[in-house]
Amino acid sequence: METAAKKESFNYRLWKYDGAPGELIPLLQSAQEHFGYIPRRAITYISGVTTIPESDIFGVITFYSQFRLQPMGKFVVRACTGTACHVSGAKAIINTIEDELEIEVGDTSEDGLFTLLTVACIGCCSLAPVMMVNDDTHGRLTPASLRKILKEYRRKGKQIAEGAVGTS
Amino acid sequence: MKKIIVGMGTCGLSAGAQPVYDKLKELSEAHSAVCKLGLTGCIGMCFREPLVEIRDESGRTIYGDVSPESAEEIFNEHVLGGKKIEDERIIYSVASDGTTSGSEVTFLDLQERIVLRNCGIINPESIEDYEKNGGYQGMKKALTEITPDEIIQTMKDSGLRGRGGAGFPTGLKWSFAAANKGDTKYVICNADEGDPGAFMDRSVLEGDPHAVLEGMIICGKAIGASFGYIYCRAEYPLAIARLEKAIIAAKEKGYLGDNIFGSGFTFNLKIKQGAGAFVCGEETALFASIEGERGMPRIRPPFPAEKGLWQKPTNNNNVETFANVPWIISNGAAAYSSIGTAKSPGTKVFALAGKVAKGGLAEVPMGTTIEQLVFNIGGGIKEGGEFKAVQMGGPSGGCIPARLKHTPVDFESISATGAIMGSGGMVVMDQSTCMVGIARFFLNFTQSESCGKCTFCRIGTLRMLEILDRITRGEGVPKDIPKLEKLSIQIKEASLCGLGQTAPNPVQTTIRYYLDEYKAHIEDKKCPAGECEALVDFMIIPEKCVGCTLCAKACPVDAIIGKVKEVHIIDQEKCVKCGKCITSCNFGAVVKR
Repeated sequence: METAAKKESFNYRLWKYDGAPGELIPLLQSAQEHFGYIPRRAITYISGVTTIPESDIFGVITFYSQFRLQPMGKFVVRACTGTACHVSGAKAIINTIEDELEIEVGDTSEDGLFTLLTVACIGCCSLAPVMMVNDDTHGRLTPASLRKILKEYRRKGKQIAEGAVGTS
Repeated sequence: MKKIIVGMGTCGLSAGAQPVYDKLKELSEAHSAVCKLGLTGCIGMCFREPLVEIRDESGRTIYGDVSPESAEEIFNEHVLGGKKIEDERIIYSVASDGTTSGSEVTFLDLQERIVLRNCGIINPESIEDYEKNGGYQGMKKALTEITPDEIIQTMKDSGLRGRGGAGFPTGLKWSFAAANKGDTKYVICNADEGDPGAFMDRSVLEGDPHAVLEGMIICGKAIGASFGYIYCRAEYPLAIARLEKAIIAAKEKGYLGDNIFGSGFTFNLKIKQGAGAFVCGEETALFASIEGERGMPRIRPPFPAEKGLWQKPTNNNNVETFANVPWIISNGAAAYSSIGTAKSPGTKVFALAGKVAKGGLAEVPMGTTIEQLVFNIGGGIKEGGEFKAVQMGGPSGGCIPARLKHTPVDFESISATGAIMGSGGMVVMDQSTCMVGIARFFLNFTQSESCGKCTFCRIGTLRMLEILDRITRGEGVPKDIPKLEKLSIQIKEASLCGLGQTAPNPVQTTIRYYLDEYKAHIEDKKCPAGECEALVDFMIIPEKCVGCTLCAKACPVDAIIGKVKEVHIIDQEKCVKCGKCITSCNFGAVVKR
């Protein structure tokens, strides 16, 4: 979904920073949008421009669950662990994803394709259990339907990888 | 000219509304003389998404469970042929004389819609649609006809209480912020809907964003603020996108900006995206987050009405509260206070989810009973299950058992059960939900979301979680229950903000109503609901097993015996209860008992 935070580039946002208070979180969101995570050098840039100490910036990053300090996989799987999903069997869904991708929650697969995260609620409770893969939501999951969906993403990921090799 | 409208809220999109829309776009463009395609937000019937509505001379007809293929059929038969497809797929229809019918007619007809008045009716991306439905009329009245004091008096008379959870009277709150003199004041809309299991605010923001803007502008006029923030969680990208569009459209029309309606009143708005911290739903933590800090709550007093955001007088209300405001100003306080109960006037939107047959959004007058919501509107329990409890108020709330189903939903009655009204999430549970497990689930949530400022909230919840972990593993001891009760009281009394003050609620209510279940875990080492893995046996249902051998291959200890195409059996002596067999089975043949 196109939102204003995504439309303006990280560099542009840093450039137009005018010392107005409260801009740190939008800057971090924009950095994450740009790099896929918040690299060490982005913290240095932001600190340089805003004069907020790096340690404070690090403190804010680690406080909010949205921010990541490690690169993420091509497909970020966010399994919902909200209440409705919990009572509809989210645990079995997460176990299945872990087994299928051979990673645990919070990790990225070795091939760099998948990162598995959990999310408190994505607000599609009536379609529980649900997960998001990047910006797409998948609802009414069962272990069987889940395997199908992940297989499809794996196929897509391979295609992208092969395409990249072909064009480079 | 026939109008075709596709429900394009997050729920509709995740159920597959986009390909339906694309198909209808292709078809309608080929027949642009007879029909026009549009979109709308969530009408609340999430259980039948994707939805397609046809508006023509015969009235409104809503079709449910639409696929691209059936969309084509509907288009050919109804739009081109002028003949309704008379079957189950028509979930709701309103004839030109106002009579309603359809397979889900009770779901909508039992509701009374004020907050959701436009959701599922108008195109949320069109300000003209909103205006046609009475939009910005309340604001016009507030800005040009009545004084700020009269606005506040109207809000007080309406009896509207904050819909974010605590139920503080809105008019009174506004009067505090109005009384504090200062050249800069702020209006904040809290759209950080963090309760897992609640999605009312998302639907309002996606389905009727202008109503929220209008409510905020009226509030700004009442308290003398000229700047507002909407603090919306980043997990709601569609809501943010629609709000951005709405703000641009309102600016173009002169509803936002300088000298609105020539009244000399100026109001501007900015969206702030949350970054994923539940505690930021607490207002002082929310201010810290807008200021770019770690979202940690502050000590009160001073209260936000005196020193809030950037130490300026601030008024903070929830999305649903603001969406009520234009209606109240337009229709008068008496019209609003005549709905609902004496102490809790008006309506409330509930998000029905969990094991309820018809999950979705329902807006009902306060005082409607839990039974009416779950059974008459929600259609009872999924798959013939048995109603066990309903969880209200999210992590701050509690579980209300089935025997209290006659409890009316209003602030006082719900608080009396030990739960809280909260923001309106209603997660329905059946016999397969373990109550110790649900208490553990919520505590795990609050534990990880505790900001860490108060020792009791930070460490006390961890101690409680450890005890609950032990109980669900079958290692509980009788002393655990009094220990949980003692910790609950200590955490409540020694925490600064609402998160810690309410975090023990799920544990306290489950101990209060389901002590037997706790005892079964501790004394008999049994989980009556069959959910806690360490306390149940894994079994294969012979009728469902096709002998595919997948579970036997997945089993790490070779506890599953069986040949290809023969029913498999689990050797209970060898089984380590890891659950791999359940997740590997494609036929749902492995169960916990």
